[in-house]
Amino acid sequence: MFRILQAQFLAPDVKRFTIEAPRIAKARLPGQFIIVRVHDRGERVPLTIAAADPAKGTIDIIVQGIGKTTRLLNSMEAGAQIPDVVGPLGKPSEIRQFGTVVVIGGGVGTAIAYPTAVAMKQAGNRVVSILGARTKALLILEQELAQTSDQLFVMTDDGGYGEKGLVTDKLRQLVAEGRSIDLVLAIGPIPMMKAVAEATRPLKIPTVVSLNPIMVDGTGMCGGCRVLVDGKSQFACVDGPEFDAHQVDFAVLTQRNAMYRQVEKEELEEFEAMRKKPGSPDFCRLGMQNPQAGP
Amino acid sequence: MPEQPAEVRRANFAEVNLGLEVQAAQVEAQRCLSCASSNCTKGCPVGVKVREFVELVLAGEYLAAARKIREDNVLPAITGRVCPQEDQCEGVCVIAKRGAPLAIGYLERFVADWERQSGQLGLPPNAPPTGKKVAVVGSGPAGLTCAGDLVQRGHHVTVFEALHELGGVLVYGIPEFRLPKEIVRQEVDNLAKMGVEFVTNVVVGKTVTVDGLLNEEGYSAVFIATGAGLPQFLNVPGEHLNGVYSANEFLTRVNLLKAFADDYDQPVFDCRDKEVAVVGGGNVAMDAVRTALRLGARKARLIYRRTEAEMPARKEEVKHAKEEGVEFLVLANPVAFLGDEKGWLKKARCIRMELGEPDASGRRSPKPMAGSEFEVDAEMAVIAVGTTANPLVQATTPDLKTRRGGYIEANADTMRTSKTGVFAGGDIVTGAATVILAMGAGRKAAASIHEYLRSGQWAPPPPTNPTG
Ligand SMILES: Cc1cc2nc3c(=O)[nH]c(=O)nc-3n(C[C@H](O)[C@H](O)[C@H](O)COP(=O)(O)OP(=O)(O)OC[C@H]3O[C@@H](n4cnc5c(N)ncnc54)[C@H](O)[C@@H]3O)c2cc1C
Ligand SMILES: Cc1cc2nc3c(=O)[nH]c(=O)nc-3n(C[C@H](O)[C@H](O)[C@H](O)COP(=O)(O)OP(=O)(O)OC[C@H]3O[C@@H](n4cnc5c(N)ncnc54)[C@H](O)[C@@H]3O)c2cc1C
Ligand code: SF4
Ligand code: SF4
Ligand code: FES
Repeated sequence: MFRILQAQFLAPDVKRFTIEAPRIAKARLPGQFIIVRVHDRGERVPLTIAAADPAKGTIDIIVQGIGKTTRLLNSMEAGAQIPDVVGPLGKPSEIRQFGTVVVIGGGVGTAIAYPTAVAMKQAGNRVVSILGARTKALLILEQELAQTSDQLFVMTDDGGYGEKGLVTDKLRQLVAEGRSIDLVLAIGPIPMMKAVAEATRPLKIPTVVSLNPIMVDGTGMCGGCRVLVDGKSQFACVDGPEFDAHQVDFAVLTQRNAMYRQVEKEELEEFEAMRKKPGSPDFCRLGMQNPQAGP
Repeated sequence: MPEQPAEVRRANFAEVNLGLEVQAAQVEAQRCLSCASSNCTKGCPVGVKVREFVELVLAGEYLAAARKIREDNVLPAITGRVCPQEDQCEGVCVIAKRGAPLAIGYLERFVADWERQSGQLGLPPNAPPTGKKVAVVGSGPAGLTCAGDLVQRGHHVTVFEALHELGGVLVYGIPEFRLPKEIVRQEVDNLAKMGVEFVTNVVVGKTVTVDGLLNEEGYSAVFIATGAGLPQFLNVPGEHLNGVYSANEFLTRVNLLKAFADDYDQPVFDCRDKEVAVVGGGNVAMDAVRTALRLGARKARLIYRRTEAEMPARKEEVKHAKEEGVEFLVLANPVAFLGDEKGWLKKARCIRMELGEPDASGRRSPKPMAGSEFEVDAEMAVIAVGTTANPLVQATTPDLKTRRGGYIEANADTMRTSKTGVFAGGDIVTGAATVILAMGAGRKAAASIHEYLRSGQWAPPPPTNPTG
């Protein structure tokens, strides 16, 4: 059992947790993730370790509630226990002094990019961050990233905050201004990562993306997380999750991530219907007082 | 052995074999000739004293019979069900020359089940505590056996398991209809009662390293039993299509994460009314194809590149699969998977094979016949063509020697590796093998670890001849 010490919403449906996991806190490096199972009949889902405190023995995760499991998790509060947390999994990010590193975070991808951005800064890089979100309300970690970045730009689809436009617009602008960029780290929705890859490819700017295929064990045992990189099959949980963006076949990733869409949709609908009925046995079993807890 | 009728069981996950009744067990036991040669014992990789336990069955001393088996084999309820008996104890049984061999597996299962149901498990007493700590990595049959033996010798044993459940392939691979998970759970509970400490959700090599266990966490020895868990694919075009699984993924989703049950969250491809192709001819392929059938597949087809005679699966599983309606497509091999415009699998393109001359190992190797390609419908495909070494421990333990394929080098007698205090056994040393061989390795390792802890000497020669 892994106790949740803190839990608070950062944005609608995006929650940050501090979890007691001493071994993981000690071993973890930026770019690595955990796999959690939130109840004893639950599925296993991967989540990036956003931060860790080896002295306190805690790790932080930031979770976007998009399906049944992540919403269940987001309905848990401090004091609750998560039955299974395993990690740290995956290869750590390659951290060294590159020069100028542009970190691009889209949506909850910002949470995944954040620990690597911090490490890049600590390694002596100039860090320029570009955050993208549909609207201001969905923006996360802006202040944290501002602290760790030499420059930070915010792009929103509606222009209601920061600048109106896409993260790639800002990237192109930086390039047009003649900035030298040594590495781009782009993490977010697949179309965003693909767009960044296409933007940097002709410029030959090394670009890294973190892929989010569907995973089961996270130890290389099932092959479910296989992605096509440079025409070769790679297991994202052990060979990744970060890969050279210019070699990734994003079409295959998109296609494979659609594998369970229909079932997941039905499960989510069922779950949402159930949670409208407080006191339902599933929630009691999970030890949650208030299933509707939220912002 | 009484069993569920084929047409009934093909639609459920309950155990196929129903177990012998007392009467039937007695009748069977009477067939044993009590041979002085004890061929059966020699055929068993761990040397179960078959003649002696069968005599105890005849005497109606079922608990004593169970104890007799446990002297050499601590998981009789499991091996009685899954051992390839025809290649081992039963294969060399004297009366096999004149008909059916003694049903040693069934009898072993009978006494183990009797013992379990009686609730009078004779757990042996532990030796006084030695104050030494041993870490076992992996909770498959090798790890469980080693842990049981060491705890009995008075050592403190911690088993670290990467997954959230204990049992290794016994829980995530072999399906419920062959080996009810309840039985594995009970064996694990027994070990826990004996004092073995189990820690799930720890990936050694990631969460903690072998050196960390030895130097920081105070373990005096480590036994690595991480199995041969890495799936192999065919590396043919179309393997990324939706609906193409490795056997590990398909079986893990269904067995470990119970994707077949409505009240579990893990999804699995909906096989209902679909055509399914499983590639391979071993136990894993048999398990996958029969699982697909139970998930509602309209047609479950096995594609194997040799003939039925060469299939490495247990004979009983092949027979059961056929009875249940699995279609065997032999001397064929997929060369590509074909999908629709959205990336969902629709067909497997296969090529006919013929058997060539026997190779060095005596097996006739299959060769594709030029121009013989054909297509079969398949909306789900499961690749069950073997596995390789699990590399996570080796990758973070630089002074641990490996041999080709990444398997750990260990002395066949002492299970010692190239690293002081570290032992290894089971599939991670031999490559994918059997439950009983993994158990045998666990036993040997326990004896050797005990000897090391007692003497404090790592003197014997370093590993020379790798097992394999
Ligand atoms: C290495 C890695 C790190 C990740 N880190 C984080 C993180 O820090 N924070 C976070 O909020 N999420 C992260 N994710 C994504 C997260 O794992 C998924 O959102 C989660 O598995 C969805 O589970 P669910 O049951 O809630 O939704 P589901 O019901 O399973 O899925 C809802 C929808 O999302 C799609 N989907 C399913 N699995 C994934 C997936 N792995 N990635 C993207 N879409 C998926 C489905 O097709 C479906 O349309 C990470 C994924 C990976 C592989
Ligand atoms: C589907 C299937 C059917 C089979 N049918 C039969 C049969 O009928 N009869 C038979 O005799 N044999 C059968 N086998 C083979 C048999 O199951 C194996 O030979 C046996 O389980 C090997 O035991 P093991 O202890 O070496 O490893 P495993 O059973 O593979 O256990 C290894 C364990 O180690 C864990 N692990 C791996 N890496 C780490 C790590 N880094 N840290 C912590 N834990 C780790 C794994 O999660 C796993 O639980 C079958 C195998 C499969 C897959
Ligand atoms: S352990 Fe296996 S091989 Fe040995 S006697 Fe029992 S069934 Fe036969
Ligand atoms: S070889 Fe067969 S008949 Fe002889 S003792 Fe063994 S089981 Fe009995
Ligand atoms: S999640 Fe199973 S191999 Fe990567």
